[in-house]
Amino acid sequence: MKLIFEKSVPGRGMSLLPPCDVDLVAMPAGLERETMPQLPEMSETDISRHYTELNQHVHGVNCGFYPLGSCTMKYNPRIDEEMAALPGFTQIHPLAPADATEGCREVLDTAKRYLCEVSGMDDMTFQPAAGAHGEFTGVLLIKQYHDARGDKKRTKIIVPDSAHGTNPATAAMCGFEVVNIASAPNGCVDLEALKAALGDDTAGLMLTNPNTVGIFDENILEITRLVHEAGGLCYYDGANLNAVMGVVRPGDMGFDCIHMNLHKTFATPHGGGGPGAGAVGCKAFLAEYLPKSALMDGPGRLQVRGFAGNFLVVVKALTYIMTLGREGIPEAARNAVLNANYLMRKIQGTFEPAFDRICMHEFVLDLSGFKKETGVSALDVAKSLIDYGMHPPTMYFPLIVHEALMLEPTETESRETLDWAAEVFRQLYELAHKDPEFMHNAPHNAQIGRPDEVRAARNPVLRWQKS
Amino acid sequence: MNFPAELKYSKSHEWVKMDGDVAVIGISDFAQDALGDVVFINLPGEGDSVTAGEAFGDVESVKAVSDIISPVTGVICAVNEDLADAPENLNSDPYGAWIIKVENITGQEDLLDAAAYEALCAEEG
Repeated sequence: MKLIFEKSVPGRGMSLLPPCDVDLVAMPAGLERETMPQLPEMSETDISRHYTELNQHVHGVNCGFYPLGSCTMKYNPRIDEEMAALPGFTQIHPLAPADATEGCREVLDTAKRYLCEVSGMDDMTFQPAAGAHGEFTGVLLIKQYHDARGDKKRTKIIVPDSAHGTNPATAAMCGFEVVNIASAPNGCVDLEALKAALGDDTAGLMLTNPNTVGIFDENILEITRLVHEAGGLCYYDGANLNAVMGVVRPGDMGFDCIHMNLHKTFATPHGGGGPGAGAVGCKAFLAEYLPKSALMDGPGRLQVRGFAGNFLVVVKALTYIMTLGREGIPEAARNAVLNANYLMRKIQGTFEPAFDRICMHEFVLDLSGFKKETGVSALDVAKSLIDYGMHPPTMYFPLIVHEALMLEPTETESRETLDWAAEVFRQLYELAHKDPEFMHNAPHNAQIGRPDEVRAARNPVLRWQKS
Repeated sequence: MNFPAELKYSKSHEWVKMDGDVAVIGISDFAQDALGDVVFINLPGEGDSVTAGEAFGDVESVKAVSDIISPVTGVICAVNEDLADAPENLNSDPYGAWIIKVENITGQEDLLDAAAYEALCAEEG
């Protein structure tokens, strides 16, 4: 498909703006640009078709099954969009007078109260734009806490080897040394390895529970106790909160601060690069270090983003919480867990789970034996799924499982969809034994086959330029 | 898994073969298996210096990008440029697909023999 710039025809256009009815004012000399911007020139019809065509190239939750592990691609209820589109929310500026923004402030306060209740935290900021930004903010709270106490020797953050790559990256970005600890054979934190890593140089531990292999770490109270005993703080990565929201609270597990991906767990559309919201919550003793908006809350404190962050994402999350209510939130979590276990057991017998036990909201298949047998890799299976109209699961993650496929069906899929997905996996398992070559070349029916991902990553072309 | 007895191994999973005064270096069978399908290799240049324990290039697999650590200190006298076009050879023939040859060797890491390396892999595996 052609880029919109390549479809441009000089002189073609349409009238978006009414004729100017005030006197024109010339730009001050020296500020006018020397060349015209290279904007595409198109008719409204062609623009409409261009974006419709783009839409047809995309696979979203509204198109089909999307079991992308740890990304929680649940259905986003339309009512969330309707609320976020209310003019009272969209036609307001954060610098409007206080009496004009009372409603918006009430949304923020109510969302904070509910999300603190869900997470077991005492205070919260909505500034961070998404998960990794939230991690960065949360770990800075830990840093600030130690610095404020003059405890300068705490230079290390402990991260298990099953963690999301953003965890060690965050710790490093915050100036900490990352200590990677190996997981126990059951995929959980190895208590002995943790004890060996802890010391008076420990600033904190970053953990997600349930962890990245979809298992709830039953030693969590012991883990957070050990870290606190060593003088460190515990950071909860909310990536997998969907499995436990309303059922068990990170604050009660012993965590001191947390980020929640409102765009994942609380159902606002994501996956296209934003906007998201990485709300950061903390216990009361860390609240004084939370970022504030210099313009909304008064000067003095640092901010990690302007004003209240991506406000409309918070509106959607609040709508979601209020729609589901106190009963609905834990029910969604339980259904997410049920769906994952159902799908895992349905697929088992062909592709095998890496950890054969009850999982939480997601599970990991280990295709290393299958690959040795057939030569077909996890990548080949993922690409083959595209031909069935299914978004591939997360591949090759977590790193502790070889040839990993990580599936998270979420609570919003029906039993029929899960049965169909399991049937697709069974067919691919058989196909791999009969015609592996066919799978090496998949997908066969997609708009794009296998893009050169290495070249795209190493030599990205991010900007169209007139040839 | 294959651990040729005539080679020495580093704890970071590179193999070394001494060919007179020249060290031939590649990545082990265990390393290629753990990496998964290799899709790219970032090679150094001939004449570059390498230092024992420090990275001289990196390999990218479907999973991750990993440094390749030099087991010796010296100067690169040959680079296997074929790997740039066919990095998958690191998977199919890890001991044939050498990466660099190093001369003027002035130091090396503590290297393991095949039996000790096999034991290390069993522990990590």
